[in-house]
Amino acid sequence: MTPVYDFFDHDADIGIVGRGATVEAAFETAAEAMFSIMAGPGSAGRVSHVAFEFEEEDVELALVTWLNRLLAEARSHGLMFSAFKLTQDGDRWHGEAWGAPWGRHAIGGVEVKGATLTMLSVKAIDGQWEARCVVDV
Amino acid sequence: MDLSRLKRLDPYCWSLPAGEGRAPALLYGSEPLLSTMDDKVLEQISNVAALPGLVGPAMTMPDAHWGYGFPIGGVAAFDAEQGGIISAGGVGFDISCGIRFLRSNLTLDDIAPELSRLADQLYRDIPAGVGEEGNLKLSPEELDRVMLKGAQWALDRGYGVPEDLPYIEEHGRIGGAVPDKVSPLAKKRQRGEMGTLGSGNHYLEVQVVEKIYDPLAAAAFGLHQGQVVVSIHCGSRGLGHQIGTDYLVSLAKAASRLGIRLPDRELACAPIKSPEGQEYLGAMNAAINVALTNRQILTHLARQAFSHVIYGAELETVYDVSHNTCKLETHQVDGQKRRLHIHRKGATRAFPPGHPAIPERYRETGQPVIIGGSMGTGSYVLAGLAGNPAYASASHGAGRAMSRNQALKHWHGRELIDQLKHQGILIRTRSMRGAAEEAPGAYKDVDLVAEATEKAGLAKRVAFLRPKACVKG
Repeated sequence: MTPVYDFFDHDADIGIVGRGATVEAAFETAAEAMFSIMAGPGSAGRVSHVAFEFEEEDVELALVTWLNRLLAEARSHGLMFSAFKLTQDGDRWHGEAWGAPWGRHAIGGVEVKGATLTMLSVKAIDGQWEARCVVDV
Repeated sequence: MDLSRLKRLDPYCWSLPAGEGRAPALLYGSEPLLSTMDDKVLEQISNVAALPGLVGPAMTMPDAHWGYGFPIGGVAAFDAEQGGIISAGGVGFDISCGIRFLRSNLTLDDIAPELSRLADQLYRDIPAGVGEEGNLKLSPEELDRVMLKGAQWALDRGYGVPEDLPYIEEHGRIGGAVPDKVSPLAKKRQRGEMGTLGSGNHYLEVQVVEKIYDPLAAAAFGLHQGQVVVSIHCGSRGLGHQIGTDYLVSLAKAASRLGIRLPDRELACAPIKSPEGQEYLGAMNAAINVALTNRQILTHLARQAFSHVIYGAELETVYDVSHNTCKLETHQVDGQKRRLHIHRKGATRAFPPGHPAIPERYRETGQPVIIGGSMGTGSYVLAGLAGNPAYASASHGAGRAMSRNQALKHWHGRELIDQLKHQGILIRTRSMRGAAEEAPGAYKDVDLVAEATEKAGLAKRVAFLRPKACVKG
């Protein structure tokens, strides 16, 4: 079975891949991949919640915006996210994330600085959506 | 890398001839270094060579590796008056990442009995790793002042001594910073991150000068064999990351709107003179000042830690230089002086002897250049050379030879740390994953990089530094 999230090689940084039945689901698992790099082993729990919206008509730029917005929300709220929900309504995207204060959960991980446009793609493959890009660590 | 596409100009310089709609590219480095580079380096620098307003060739340094947008180790000059562009991918997310290099009044014999205590103290005092915050909590208004004043802001609050400033590039403050072009989210991310090291390849390392290559330059830099020195490698933290994030997408859209044909979307850019280009420039300069301030605060924390463990310990700034920037500089091109925006993405500025921007003390030797190697091998101090063919640029590190994923398959953090301890190198980190990703074997041979840097005429070797203790993020 194809794993819902995965990684691919990049010299300096790390490539992430999210997969799902919908674009939103693929974006959510891409977020799981990205936060697994930062969280290290074990789940951060789901004691806090944030919600936000953004507007983006380009689906590939929407992936980068979604991931970078999550990084910013995580950093500014001091949270390590472990669960994600994204809903698309035309050009509008409504995102949610659940997590826990990251002091206790970040041990063992590596900071992700941002999601890049490198090897960025969002496409349907064999009836499943796949979202991928390189994240800068 | 497939070298068959390149023309060897000399043993340390290779040319990718101009193609359709593309200027030539020059790749500096020896055959062993270039042949082990990923083909993506060539593809990326070839794409950079197609950007509008490029002056001369696009170039890579001997430590180049595959990045995003530009390759890491990429150098490119653009003329604003000829439609030249500025690219967020040509600077990187970690804007003004660089190295503060400090010399001490101590020898290895002085610190050897206390090395473990010193490493522990530095680990306690230097906030490092994912999510770690510093003691400073800055409001958006205070951060605006940091962005405008740079390292002087830190000095005004007791972090450091006035003697540090002349030895920081731009005297610790670059002009042209526009805090209004930095998003509220970027300021929010930075609230608790001043005076923090970060993660990934960032470090604070206690080193010993093991070999002197150039006694005169070493004397000017205040270095001697057996001396303890310190390197602090970090950048503009969350603020810089968010600026990179914000402008990556906005510049991609600007390029599309302005009809700039990009060989790859990751080269997101806008003309320097466009509103988007000017906004990014203002925000990036603000981030440069934040990075210089951050390293100033960390310098102060390192001094405190040293003094706590070793009575009478002193640390003086040799130099502080960034390697992720775009700067407006004057360079000679075809016998004419031109004002150019020099992108250095993972490349160190290396001004030659006599350059007015370097401190009086180094006017005869050239600017100190630091090649930060891996935590198990060593680093080099070099000096800028007259006639540098790469817009006064040089290598910045060993350069990765293996991806992080591959490194995780090869090494385990705990075993690696134990192995390094056996070699006399103490590692302090919370992240075993980070340690494994940064394994010395995942990097190129720093000796080859430093040698190629010298032989290519980019900078001359002054001293080799052996690591003794390293705080990793």
